[in-house]
Amino acid sequence: MPKTVHLRALGSLLSALAVLCCQAACDGAGKPAEPRPLRWAADAEGGAPYIFKDPDDPAKTVGFEVDLAGALARELGRAIEWVQYDYIRLLAGLDRRDFDFAMNGIEVTPDRAKAFRLSRPYYVYTEQLVVRAEEDRFTTLEDCLAMDAVVGTLDDTAAKRLLDQLGIRTRSYDNQTEPYLDLQNGNVDAVFLDLPIAMYYAAGNKKLKFVGQPLNPGYYAIVFRKDQEELATEVDKAIEHLLESGELKRIYEKWRLWNADQARLHSGEIQDVLRESSGKWTPAVYVPLLLQGAAVTIEISILSMALAVLLGLPLALARLYGPWPVRAAATVYVEFFRGIPVLLLLYFLYYGLPAISDRYDLWIDLRLAPMTAAILGFGLNYAAYEAEIYRAGVRSVPAGQWEAAASLGMSRWLTFRRIVFPQAVRVILPPMTNDFVALFKDTSLVSIVAVVELTKQYQILSKSSLKYLEIGAATALLYLVMSVPLGYLSRRLEHRWGKGQ
Amino acid sequence: MNHTPHQVAITGLTKRFGARLVLDNVSLAVDTGQTVALIGPSGAGKSTLLRCINGLNTFEAGEIRVGPHVLRPGHDHGGAPVRQVRRVFGMIFQDFQLFPHLTALENVIEAPVHVLGAGRHEAARRGRQLLQRVGLGDRAGAYPRELSGGQKQRVAIARALAMEPRGLLCDEITSSLDPELKCEVLAVLEDLRRDGLTLLLVTHEIGFARRAADRVIVLADGRVVEEGPPNEVLGNPQAARTQRFLSQLLM
Ligand SMILES: Nc1ncnc2c1ncn2[C@@H]1O[C@H](COP(=O)(O)OP(=O)(O)OP(=O)(O)O)[C@@H](O)[C@H]1O
Ligand SMILES: [Mg+2]
Repeated sequence: MPKTVHLRALGSLLSALAVLCCQAACDGAGKPAEPRPLRWAADAEGGAPYIFKDPDDPAKTVGFEVDLAGALARELGRAIEWVQYDYIRLLAGLDRRDFDFAMNGIEVTPDRAKAFRLSRPYYVYTEQLVVRAEEDRFTTLEDCLAMDAVVGTLDDTAAKRLLDQLGIRTRSYDNQTEPYLDLQNGNVDAVFLDLPIAMYYAAGNKKLKFVGQPLNPGYYAIVFRKDQEELATEVDKAIEHLLESGELKRIYEKWRLWNADQARLHSGEIQDVLRESSGKWTPAVYVPLLLQGAAVTIEISILSMALAVLLGLPLALARLYGPWPVRAAATVYVEFFRGIPVLLLLYFLYYGLPAISDRYDLWIDLRLAPMTAAILGFGLNYAAYEAEIYRAGVRSVPAGQWEAAASLGMSRWLTFRRIVFPQAVRVILPPMTNDFVALFKDTSLVSIVAVVELTKQYQILSKSSLKYLEIGAATALLYLVMSVPLGYLSRRLEHRWGKGQ
Repeated sequence: MNHTPHQVAITGLTKRFGARLVLDNVSLAVDTGQTVALIGPSGAGKSTLLRCINGLNTFEAGEIRVGPHVLRPGHDHGGAPVRQVRRVFGMIFQDFQLFPHLTALENVIEAPVHVLGAGRHEAARRGRQLLQRVGLGDRAGAYPRELSGGQKQRVAIARALAMEPRGLLCDEITSSLDPELKCEVLAVLEDLRRDGLTLLLVTHEIGFARRAADRVIVLADGRVVEEGPPNEVLGNPQAARTQRFLSQLLM
């Protein structure tokens, strides 16, 4: 008997048995068959103490939310299965029905309450200011403002909103490890984040210290879609039961997260905790913020392109006319930088270099400021492309031009400078402008090195306001307003440079 | 040092492109102020010969003397002898090779200003005179694309003259021109000849060669097959190769 048939027969036998057993077991209670597990989304990347990979056994995820999910599963009588999901895309993923609910230190805000069904709060967080151990300039947010300090925080959090409200300069991150790393490295002056995060990442670090009292209390809630009322009600009841039975307290004590503030959980009806005023996201609020992002985008684009254009020329010359070792080196450069993703390059420049200088105790400080890393990354990357454009442009000038100039006694360098290059420019300019527009859009990648440019600003704003469409349209409009004139400029230049043809 | 009375003296010039022998032991001389027409079938090596004299091609054997300067095999493209030879002879190409991004006047003054270090003002004044001389005094501000073929070639001549050479190497400089335009250019050449410039012309204009050349050299398959005064070489050719070539030309 062929194996497949054999297996299929065995399979149907087993499922028949399972149905029988289930019927037997369930008959008395009249309950339905075992429901499918609930899918719970959270981000385990740098997500301690909420959910993270167990350092002792990376195959396991641990955290107070993992324990809470376990407790909820017992209360609901239904398995809960965890799925990995980027923190910043959790709500979008929920909308897309990629999973059943999100529980990942998501703060209760009016906008979220409007768009989603929030459970009753399961934790009261406060925010904690953390500085370097030797810091003596400030102990409060007001001091930070006065000293014009740069404060690291997470995107789209109550902490970030409070800092913005106070007008403090911030640098935002999309995970919880980097802010403290940057603080230690001196890239930011302080970090302001939820107490559980501070407890886990900073409390044990001798190079950092907590200053001031925890402040700005708020609530974490589980997020469902509006159409999941039934499930959400069940979960609300389960949370209430866990609270009353003391199980919730046990979990928090295990993670050293229990404090007096948690008493508020008993009165925690969603409506009571909506403290932030809703409907504040008018264009008057977000457009200036988008414009700030656009200014950063323009700055990065122009400076990176300038670097690429300057660096591209010697590279092209080396490839065209250099002696072979120089030519080979230039070729390696071009192939290398065209071959690796610019994202990887940005990671390396920003996070990799400091690690190298620390590891080998180099005398030179390789800690690049976010803007420097961004400009360098794009500049180095695009220099490879510009070099190839230069090369093609120079080669498009007929050999007869070189000979005519030579017969007039012009040296090679003079010929290049006065005769060949000006003609090549007309060939070089259109693709170079194209590259500039491409670079301009590529700059959206720099958010990974903690630079807030236009796309990042859009992500932050749209997530805070849930006006994905409206703010998205405004952002797209801003990009167009900038890139369309660029195309126009390129055609004008092409026309001007081309006048001798 | 042994000074020859010749402007150009070539001895035993041999040039290969890979395995192909393009110039085979060529020897010839051109006196100062002479006009020499170099004729011969396609692929004979005429262009290559001119390019060797101008240092645009290197060669395998022989030597090229231009006044006191000597080019030898393996010379450096930008080396001193090549630069000196280029000061003696300007070169004009069949396809003009004007600099398209510069006006006629800018084409003419480019090398004087940037190679000789002439003042812009003075160079422009002289440049205008040269354009006047080739009949283009009114087109100084035109870009090459705005000029006819004959006008372009006359700008190219003015451009070469701006470096004050003793002679010109002209490679079929009228071949791509219509008959009337040819006449413009040939008239300029005759004018230069009267002024005492040494001219070495590759040409298919037999009429012009007969009228203006002091001497005709026939090159075929990389060798000089015949040379002499135009009425002898063109009117009564001795070599069979010359006869064949001339009869083909008249067809
Ligand atoms: N750069 C080169 N590489 C290889 N072969 C070449 C090169 N230039 C010329 N040749 C060859 O050398 C030979 C002589 O060429 P040349 O251009 O000197 O002939 P020509 O007498 O000027 O002919 P035409 O009257 O057609 O211009 C030809 O067979 C040509 O194919
Ligand atoms: Mg030729």
